[in-house]
Amino acid sequence: MIRIGVVYVLAGLVFAAFAVLSAMDRANGKRLGNAVFWGLVATSFLAGDVLGDLGNGVLVLGLALIAGFGLLGRGQPATTSAEERQALAERFGGRLFIPALVLPVVVIFGVLVLKPIELAGGPLLDPKQATLISLALAAVVATVTGLILLRQPPMSPLQEGRRLMDTVGWAALLPQMLAALGAVFALAGVGDLIGQLVTGYIPMDARLTAVAVYCLGMAGFTIIMGNAFAAFPVMTAGIGLPILMKQFGGDPAVVASIGMLSGFCGTLMTPLAANFNLVPAALLELPDRCAVIKAQIPTALPLLVANVVLMYVLAF
Amino acid sequence: MLTLLGVAAVVVGFAVRLNPLLVVVIAAFVTGLAAGMTPVAVLEAFGKAFNDSRLITVAYLVLPMVGVVERAGIQEQARKLMLRLRGVSVGPLLIVYLLFRQGTSALGLTSIAGQTQSIRPIVAPMAEGAVESHGGTLDDDERQRVKAMAAATDNVGLFFGEDIFVAIGSILLMVGFLATAGITIDPIHLSLWAIPTAIVAFLLHAARLLLFDRGRRRRAVA
Repeated sequence: MIRIGVVYVLAGLVFAAFAVLSAMDRANGKRLGNAVFWGLVATSFLAGDVLGDLGNGVLVLGLALIAGFGLLGRGQPATTSAEERQALAERFGGRLFIPALVLPVVVIFGVLVLKPIELAGGPLLDPKQATLISLALAAVVATVTGLILLRQPPMSPLQEGRRLMDTVGWAALLPQMLAALGAVFALAGVGDLIGQLVTGYIPMDARLTAVAVYCLGMAGFTIIMGNAFAAFPVMTAGIGLPILMKQFGGDPAVVASIGMLSGFCGTLMTPLAANFNLVPAALLELPDRCAVIKAQIPTALPLLVANVVLMYVLAF
Repeated sequence: MLTLLGVAAVVVGFAVRLNPLLVVVIAAFVTGLAAGMTPVAVLEAFGKAFNDSRLITVAYLVLPMVGVVERAGIQEQARKLMLRLRGVSVGPLLIVYLLFRQGTSALGLTSIAGQTQSIRPIVAPMAEGAVESHGGTLDDDERQRVKAMAAATDNVGLFFGEDIFVAIGSILLMVGFLATAGITIDPIHLSLWAIPTAIVAFLLHAARLLLFDRGRRRRAVA
């Protein structure tokens, strides 16, 4: 069975290549910072399971310190100029989109065809991670397709990949760090405490008030924790279950489903949901780190109100 | 109550624009120490959780492919395509993408598109091209607004599509949580009740995209 470990090795090798190429990049004044930063990420992927908890903790500390002290620069590997790209676009035309289309096609192939295959009594792909394994496979196939079809130099995937990686910079590691922070919050019981505060201080004897507190609480709590999954158990144990489902007799499927989607409205509005909000801003080279959030708030707020109305109408 | 200091540390740290990676580490220490853990125990807990969450960072494996097609001019080609398709302006373009993203996510195909592999190389340049083909000029502010709107459209489509698919993490979490509370629920009911919100999300965001489009044209005329 192919497990996620194979994907980690691949990711580790790619990050290791970014680290080596960064170290050799004389144009980047902070090349050592970049080399160590991506080197630590490579180490995490290649050896994370043998480092031990403390070793991993020290590794994370190293990442945070490099980023925090501004030791990370931006590599500028040699690439094609704007004019060359215009000319290449002229020459290749629609063929340019083929690698980008190969990616989703291979993902779908992996999920629909490879996932159900059984080999020697076991599944070919670890069923829990089949999508991610398919995505890694798709990334490799699509890169090779691009190299051959567009006749690009063999080192270009790693050099261009490094350029994009440096564009995202430290923000690339923020989602994983926040997930780890969520685990520490859970260990310290932060969620339960906030849940008690909300339910302890707001009277919820009217059905509409209770629905509104639950939906707005899901969104607000998601904004603080950065993740609707962290908010759901707390708000549902505090309000959804005892008050909306038991006291007022609301349909559990409606309450839970629309409650979770209210949390997603919060996800659209928080910098703590870094992979959806801050990473794209870095990737698109937007000067305002919060530009994507600002574009989302006018959709998220009315949708949150709509969720309150929908739950009030549909659940009872 | 002291454990909430970690949450405060996050809010303050982001507000004073300290590097977010540093903010996260500080918040972890504040929370852990307030809860009575030793510094080493906090570092161990944080390191273990970081190692367990590596699959989040695997997504960057698509960057080399994106880099190769960018080197060969995909952004220029995407923009040119929109200059040729003069009839399509930025609003309808992003509405079609929203529909595609929400529809495929509802079928469980959340990984076939995304910010890295679709928005940066293809959709954002197409959106810029669509504004330019309708006489709009893109100064830095305007370019940022168009790109941010493209990124926002991907998120809205993903979030309010994926919950219609039965076997997605959030549905499994809800089923599991309700089961521990003694409520047995068929996942398909959770999926079905995600549809009303999905429809409202589509209508709301599509209406905003049309208004956004009209705003761009008004700028073009003025």
